[in-house]
Amino acid sequence: EMPVSDYEAACLPELLPLYYRRLFPFSQYYRWLSYGGGELTKNYFQNREFSFTLKDDIYVRYQSFSNQNELEKEIQKVIPYKIDIGAVYSHRPNQHNTVKSGTFQALEKELVFDIDMTDYDDVRRCCSSADICSKCWTLMTIAIHIIDRALRAEDFGFRHLLWVYSGRRGVHCWVCDEAARKLSVAARSAVAEYLTLVKGGEETVKKVQLSDPVHPFIKESLAVVRRYFVEYALVGQDLMGSRESVDKVLALVPDDILYLLQAENSVQRWEQLNSTIQDKQASSKKSYYTEEEIMLQYCYPRLDVNVSKGVNHLLKSPFSVHPKTGRISVPIDLKELDKFNPFDVPTISLICEELDRPRRAEKEEDKVRESDPDREEQRKVRDYKRTSLGKYVKLFDQFVEEMERSQKGELLKRSDLQKDF
Amino acid sequence: MVFKCNEEESFPRKCVSCARFIWTCGLAGITVVSRVFWILSTKVTEDCVCGVDTPQHKHASMQFGGRKMKTIESLQTELYGHCLQLYTQPPLENISLVEFEQFAVDRMKLLKTVENLGVTHIKTSEDYSKKLHAEVSSLNFPHRTEVSSALPSEYEKRRKDHISHFILRLAYCQTEDLRRWFIQQEMDLFRHRFNYLVSKSKSDFLHRNNLQYDTINAEEKNSLMEKLINSSYAFSGCTVEEQDFYKVPFQDALDLVRTRKVFLKDGFAYVPHQDIVTIVLNDFRTTLSKALALTARSLPMVQSDERLQPLLNHLSHAYVGQDYSIQKNIGKISLEQIDLLSTKSFPPCMRQLHKAVRDNHHLRHGGRMQYGLFLKGIGLTLDQALQFWRAEFLKGKVDADKFDKAYAYSIRHMFGKEGKRTDYTPYSCMKVILSNPPSQGDHHGCPFRHSDPELLKQKLQSYKISPGGINQVLELVKGMHYQLACQKYFELTHNIEDAGFSLNHPNQYFNESQKLLTGGKEVKRELESPQRALATQVAKALLATPSRSTHASEETMEDLDSFFQEE
Repeated sequence: EMPVSDYEAACLPELLPLYYRRLFPFSQYYRWLSYGGGELTKNYFQNREFSFTLKDDIYVRYQSFSNQNELEKEIQKVIPYKIDIGAVYSHRPNQHNTVKSGTFQALEKELVFDIDMTDYDDVRRCCSSADICSKCWTLMTIAIHIIDRALRAEDFGFRHLLWVYSGRRGVHCWVCDEAARKLSVAARSAVAEYLTLVKGGEETVKKVQLSDPVHPFIKESLAVVRRYFVEYALVGQDLMGSRESVDKVLALVPDDILYLLQAENSVQRWEQLNSTIQDKQASSKKSYYTEEEIMLQYCYPRLDVNVSKGVNHLLKSPFSVHPKTGRISVPIDLKELDKFNPFDVPTISLICEELDRPRRAEKEEDKVRESDPDREEQRKVRDYKRTSLGKYVKLFDQFVEEMERSQKGELLKRSDLQKDF
Repeated sequence: MVFKCNEEESFPRKCVSCARFIWTCGLAGITVVSRVFWILSTKVTEDCVCGVDTPQHKHASMQFGGRKMKTIESLQTELYGHCLQLYTQPPLENISLVEFEQFAVDRMKLLKTVENLGVTHIKTSEDYSKKLHAEVSSLNFPHRTEVSSALPSEYEKRRKDHISHFILRLAYCQTEDLRRWFIQQEMDLFRHRFNYLVSKSKSDFLHRNNLQYDTINAEEKNSLMEKLINSSYAFSGCTVEEQDFYKVPFQDALDLVRTRKVFLKDGFAYVPHQDIVTIVLNDFRTTLSKALALTARSLPMVQSDERLQPLLNHLSHAYVGQDYSIQKNIGKISLEQIDLLSTKSFPPCMRQLHKAVRDNHHLRHGGRMQYGLFLKGIGLTLDQALQFWRAEFLKGKVDADKFDKAYAYSIRHMFGKEGKRTDYTPYSCMKVILSNPPSQGDHHGCPFRHSDPELLKQKLQSYKISPGGINQVLELVKGMHYQLACQKYFELTHNIEDAGFSLNHPNQYFNESQKLLTGGKEVKRELESPQRALATQVAKALLATPSRSTHASEETMEDLDSFFQEE
């Protein structure tokens, strides 16, 4: 049984140094951001911008490092409370002041998405603003299913996606394919717009409008939403459970269908609404997508387009700590997506505590070999394996390995095409 | 001259061995025009022809010499293998300065027609296509796809198309306004010509231009049938079956992706044949935009050539219609008539200049030129002109002596009685709008272009134009359609629905007005073509008071977007 470790922001100055020294997976991190480090991505790591938020909210940009060692040393020295990853620039970001004005440019970056629970405040009843609970977390599950599907073979054909829990109230997606990294601002914005169905701010009541023909992408997204709708919206959120809530839903229903509902509970009212819509549809030439529009407005993912658009946009790094909750930004296992529980994500205090626990008897294969040059590395591996962070680092490892395999394959393909005789 | 080489820009450099500009190495005997195009080309080859291989030669322009000449010829044949092209390769050959001018003027005429038709017609309508096609062929540009370039007359047309485009780049790269105009017309022209091609020619074009988009086979199409049908509102089952679908990387079809008007699978957009032109046009616009920016940067070098300088300076202001330099109706107008004529038959620019002369008994140089030449164009004799100006100036502070010495000379000049200037033809609208903007104390220029909209409104009110009419005029001004605004003013003041001509020149305005007012010929009303009717309807809808957004007006709005498309 896992002891509950209370996290307090005040403990960060003590916990962070330990975390950065013994738990942060620098090796995999470096391998990820080097992207093979071959001809094609020669200075990728060196030209990458990082930004740190230090103690007392001091924010520093344009940090860059020559190699893993430099990165480690610097982080262990300045102990950032938060780490952001930016773009790969034309020159080393930490030398950007020496470069002729106009020539220092952001060249490449992963395509990223940020889905934040606060953007759903108008459609969730259980929580608001920075709060989340197991009920509304389903929205994130739905969002990941839909967006992940679209970004992969279904629509955009990307292969290397890393989904990360942001640490408090949302998720991030890092699309790491070469093609994604090279996308222009216009392309990123086009992708984000393609994925956007919920439009409008405070002033807009009806945020989803569908018309014939319904694009295949929307159909597929609806299929995902339907899987969860009854359980999430009707039961969990009790959408049709109170006068106020019902009124909000009915505000999305066109005048000519509006009907007073008398049924017993949420699910029944919903069914009644639907049968009313169906009856109306049967006797009308116009297409009614009211049911679908309501479902989408309550459940479809809401993206922040500005995060995805900019090549130079900075986004929180995986394995960064969230200062308010103490939770680590860990990768999410898509194979177990529906089981993911943000409240199970380890906090920095938990894993540091786990580090201090007395060691179990060491297994043969865990023994350090005297002549092993990677002693430090091996020790680290044993360290995080002993903590709740272990399984997440393993996920990350698998992700990086798969990319490396793919990169090797690409290189072989390319050299085959350029056979020199 | 020493050129600084910026790796991004491929400026030419000085060869360290032969010390000539690398772009001139080996280009002896080629006229300046080709050299000019090569400066502006973004393509570079490796070596200088003098044979020395140093790093500085990296930005050399093309090579000449025996066997390499052949490469050029074969390149050209390649280039002219299709009647349509993307203008990625600049011309490599000699052309004479006479051809230079003729080609430029012809293409100017064509683009002006493209502009005029584009504002008064829906661009996809049959009427638009027919009229534009007629203009293309009458100006001797390539217009028939089945004809092979082996036919000398066809080859000539394609060559003209190629060269004239590049010449106009020189003229239109200079300001943002000009660039925007040029890109818009070239895109519209391209779209028209592409849509005119038969399906096979379209595919041929795509392959020639390395737009290696493959079509999907029947099997794949069947398996995706429903999805393809549902991915765009233009489709039904049969149109999907009938046309080809191309697999285009989604990055090349952003407009369709952004609006979700295309089916995506595994990173590819399945673009129907009818939409492929959008893809090509995007490419065309981006490439042309970059090329124009590059051209603008290189322009100073080109302008330093005295043979080209006067041509280039005037090209973008070139008027390509009647120039009203040969006077008709000489002496048919009496000075006493001018006041009345100015309110009835003068375009606003001349009306305001006339008023300024009467009010101030003076006019500055710019105004004297614009108005003076106009008066010559409507038929005033030299004597009449001298009398007119003298009477007015003397009422001002000018004494007779000064007038005879200074001002009279320049008036005689205008009439070609002094010196041998050929430039003194009455100004066209283009010239008035684009050159010599008025400053404080000036009254020349185009009121629709140069007047503050509020002042313009007041002026129109003082001319007793109806409020509805004033709104129509102001809308056109807002859309930067200055000549159309003037045309609308013509229609309003002459109480007709349709002017029946495309306004290009103040003297044309005058002549058309006189034709209408003095009767003689019955002014034939153009039969309302469906497009005309639609255009009038659409214009009316635009200018009607906006009501609560209904479905109908939303549809109208969509039409209007394409109607008054800027970019």
